[in-house]
Amino acid sequence: MGKIFTRYGDGTPVELSEKEFMEDLVAGTEDAADRASVPQLSEDELDYLLKMYASKSSFVSVEPGREVILTYDAGTLKIRRVGVNVDRIQALQIYEKIMGADTMELCHVDYSYKPLKPIVTMEQPILEQALLATHIPLFYGAMPNLGLYSQPDGPFPNPSELLPNGKIDEARESLEMTVVDAVKDIVFVASCMYESGADGINLDSVGAAGDADFLASLIATEQLKAKYPEICIQIGMAGEFILGMHGQLEYKGTRLAGLYAHDQVKLAKLAGATIFGPVVNTNTTESTPWNLARAITFMKACGEVAEIPIHPNMGMGVGAVPVNDHPPIDTVSRASTAMTTLVKLDGL
Amino acid sequence: MGDPVAMAITHAHASGMGGMRGAGDLVARAQMTKGMRIQEAKNYVADKLSVSNTELTDPVIMTEVREDLQIGQMTPLPECAKGIEAKFNISRVLDIDINCVNRFKKRTGM
Repeated sequence: MGKIFTRYGDGTPVELSEKEFMEDLVAGTEDAADRASVPQLSEDELDYLLKMYASKSSFVSVEPGREVILTYDAGTLKIRRVGVNVDRIQALQIYEKIMGADTMELCHVDYSYKPLKPIVTMEQPILEQALLATHIPLFYGAMPNLGLYSQPDGPFPNPSELLPNGKIDEARESLEMTVVDAVKDIVFVASCMYESGADGINLDSVGAAGDADFLASLIATEQLKAKYPEICIQIGMAGEFILGMHGQLEYKGTRLAGLYAHDQVKLAKLAGATIFGPVVNTNTTESTPWNLARAITFMKACGEVAEIPIHPNMGMGVGAVPVNDHPPIDTVSRASTAMTTLVKLDGL
Repeated sequence: MGDPVAMAITHAHASGMGGMRGAGDLVARAQMTKGMRIQEAKNYVADKLSVSNTELTDPVIMTEVREDLQIGQMTPLPECAKGIEAKFNISRVLDIDINCVNRFKKRTGM
């Protein structure tokens, strides 16, 4: 076998010998196994990845019958982001009829629940009209984004300013107050959109502001599920483990800081989430085999314990997809195929 | 992030069920409303449509099935159910609740 074409985590092309390629695969799975205390990938699984990458095909796919459901975060924004000037209902139709989407998400450009609260009555008629004209299930989505609740963007003292000054108790108290307000905003907006007919609510980039962010999302999910027992809620994560910005927050007796996907999914289920979207971040200075073996190791452990459907995040910069505005299709198709083939998952 | 060709389109071809070209939207509904994992959701939809699991992603077979059942198709022919009309039929054929269909009935006094 000659050199194997692959890429770094930023998309830069690189050719590796078979030995180098396998060393990166092993190092990637070892890193994930060590961090999350989960099993490494087997030799057969590593061989599968090596053979898939050694293929000269520019595009690879799963075997027939192994296809899965695709959900999208901020999908309606991605058409405008590339400079195509259509409105959001047209963007939904483009995904439905031109891109073969199984589901879609309506969202606002200011993609957080807090700023949506005062304009939700402008969002509801858009969703209601979209639901008349489309066929696929429509989520409404936004981020909990607890960073917006601390000064200067919000009412509470900023933990990032308090912590360097040794004011740990004050920082923790501030984070606890942000949870209360964020839950109110998420439940208010999600209730309005569900009552307008949304098929599901997406809490996206959960945990971006740390353990308080994750806690607010779990409590909001619990409250929404109590209010609307039939509601579908997807919790999509921001990163591979929960940052302990507070450090002591718990949900039903489990400390949130430091949790990896295989533990996060148990709490999502406990809160009443319907679908869980775990994340593994892409390291730009490591190779794709390193990133992919690492991502699959985390996700495999999550899929094995999950009691609800999981949709691992495979967007730009996560799930071994390179960090680049134009991720190469050779790498994305391989990551998509490998993740779907080796992990007990239900969608991407 | 990432352009739609690299993300949405690549994943749709590499791993996706094809949305309305197949039964991707229907399997998604089974997953979303009943919390089913992928195999169970595929089995449920295949049983309701009287097709095999592998036919769920076949655009030729599924277009015929979708046209026969009036549950929406990629190319909207005259007098075929579209949009909310198709979703009324999806709810009935799959025996699942669809939120906007229920809201439609309530708002129109049906």
